[in-house]
Amino acid sequence: MHIVICIKQVPDSAQIRVHPVTNTIMRQGVPTIINPYDLFALEEALRLRDAHGGEVTVLTMGPPMAEDALRKALTYGADRAVLLTDRYFAGSDTLATSFALSQAITKVGETFGTPDIVFTGKQTIDGDTAQVGPGIAKRLDLLQLTYVAKIASIDLDVREITVERRSEGGMQMLKSRLPCLITMLEGTNEIRRGSLDDALRAARSQIVKWSAADAGIEDLAKCGLRGSPTVVKRVFAPTARAEKAAQIDTTDKTLRDLADELIAAILTRQPALEHELAFDGAA
Amino acid sequence: MIEEKFDAIVIGAGMSGNAAAYTMASRGMKVLQLERGEYPGSKNVQGAIMYADMLEKIIPDFREDAPLERHAVEQRFWMMDDTSHTGMHYRSDDFNEAMPNRYTIIRAQFDKWFSRKVREAGATVLCETTVTELAHDTKGKVIGVRTDRAGDVIFADVVVLAEGVNGLLGTRAGLREMPKPETVALAVKEMHFLPEEVIGERFGLKGNEGCVIEAAGTISRGMTGLAFLYTNRESISLGIGCLVSDFASTTESPYALLDAFKRHPSVRPLIAGSEVKEYTAHLIPEGGYKAIPQLFGDGWVVVGDAAQLNNAVHREGSNLAMTSGRIAGEAIFQINSRGDPMTKENLALYKTMLDNSFVVKDLMKYKDMPVLLHTHSRHFFMTYPQLMSLAAQNFMRVDGTPKIEKEKATTAAFIKARSRWGLVSDAVRLAFAWR
Repeated sequence: MHIVICIKQVPDSAQIRVHPVTNTIMRQGVPTIINPYDLFALEEALRLRDAHGGEVTVLTMGPPMAEDALRKALTYGADRAVLLTDRYFAGSDTLATSFALSQAITKVGETFGTPDIVFTGKQTIDGDTAQVGPGIAKRLDLLQLTYVAKIASIDLDVREITVERRSEGGMQMLKSRLPCLITMLEGTNEIRRGSLDDALRAARSQIVKWSAADAGIEDLAKCGLRGSPTVVKRVFAPTARAEKAAQIDTTDKTLRDLADELIAAILTRQPALEHELAFDGAA
Repeated sequence: MIEEKFDAIVIGAGMSGNAAAYTMASRGMKVLQLERGEYPGSKNVQGAIMYADMLEKIIPDFREDAPLERHAVEQRFWMMDDTSHTGMHYRSDDFNEAMPNRYTIIRAQFDKWFSRKVREAGATVLCETTVTELAHDTKGKVIGVRTDRAGDVIFADVVVLAEGVNGLLGTRAGLREMPKPETVALAVKEMHFLPEEVIGERFGLKGNEGCVIEAAGTISRGMTGLAFLYTNRESISLGIGCLVSDFASTTESPYALLDAFKRHPSVRPLIAGSEVKEYTAHLIPEGGYKAIPQLFGDGWVVVGDAAQLNNAVHREGSNLAMTSGRIAGEAIFQINSRGDPMTKENLALYKTMLDNSFVVKDLMKYKDMPVLLHTHSRHFFMTYPQLMSLAAQNFMRVDGTPKIEKEKATTAAFIKARSRWGLVSDAVRLAFAWR
């Protein structure tokens, strides 16, 4: 079995701040990490490999420094890492990213064997769009299983996979044919600590680096800024709201009185609610 | 199962470990370096001042790409009481030379750079890997290490212990004793960020010029201690450290001392308006020559802070660490290239070479200093700074008192505080310890 997992190197959003004057994101000195959602996908991929044999290839698109994220993935136990890096990819939005990654996955398939499963995290913590995974699936014509909480079973003989998918109001049990693309939810497992062998191998291995041409990407107009229709109109830091909690004196009051007082207090702060509640009541 | 064997394993990626690993790897030896932190430098804390000469002997052209903050053109020594400081300042344009002598650095960045050099030299560097145990053969020779990662022993001809001041591994293996409270200081440090031009204005610095302040006195509340303030490019590192045994007996808390130092009227204006981004603490070996443990054995050597190589009087640590790492690396390379085994007898070469270097010579010179300052800490850190402040104020203040009476008052204060005999014996003791 060959599993390809797409990861992204992101700034540690817990440590990022927006410049108060220029409203730009202050990336300087902010450490980079592997997108946390991707680690759940990586661990799931490694477990499948350990149980059923095969190889795990980690793929990322990014600047040369994204090599650190790939090396870390190798330390966790991935078999091979490919870095897609080229100035043509700079400024990619989710459309351009999923285009480049899908082309690279095709090339990975030609070079190292056709993947049975492509994994991504549910979304990245810097973009939060959750679009790249489905974008890749669409372009590669893969069946897509999004928001997967758990892989229930896999049968490589009949080439079927059964997963638990979290959806609004419950859990779905889905069965799919292979190959497929899975976007993995958080909290489903915990990334392992790689063995000494894995760590040594990671420290020494050469990361495969592909330019757009190496990955067989011909249509450069679909890459980077040129291939990205998304326009960022404004970046700003939401202002923190400081509101004092109101205290209601409870002595000598009935529950009904207290409820009325509470509702009145809420409505004075959010007058719009009164209209909406009244409308609801009327309907 | 790892079948291979390394020429050397270096434990730790601080100054001494990086120096040792670089020295050996750049001479073609097969080196593995193990570091418990997420990246080299992530666990390392220093003031920090880096002396160029010691690094030049390892990486001669380091100035080309090392992350250096400012080169020091001014040094201030302050004797502080609660409201004043008596200072000696030395500033010289001679320090604005093509190859300056010392720099302020930020270790998290500097160590990353140093580690990159180690990797480029050919060493294998594993981070987030803690060595849990030294592996021995039946005769007790160190033959490798075990780590906290799943896997067997990693074998090597020699293990360089550059594990830092705590030295848990070496003490656990019985190679040396745990550092004693009276031979280690606990230092705490904050990084205060300010715009580059504000730092330039406040300290009268242009370009990459830097200023270094070191201060002693009542700020350590009678304990043996030292405070410092170093200018970086866009930040000020400041901190204070005192002997652990003193903290224990006085129950003073390090952060309270640091707070008082920051609020001191001489310091406050220098850091006004800054943003604190980092609070760190670290142990510093202060035992000097007498605290140096056994430095080598069958299959192992110990370098840097783990070997207690720190010159408390001159506040030098990292250069002793770098030099001991380099010398250990050179000694091991010599033995390796002769094809000799890494026995205790052969590794004694490291100690011989170290004894002939400034490292041991300097520590030898001040071998009595740590004990003197420790046993008489109250006089040296409380009484004398206050007396000096009083003397200075008597001299400056013009209030109609005849000068002769002022001088008498100053002299009387010194004698009252320490007695004639006390003053003489303090002076003699200090002179002998310095000699």
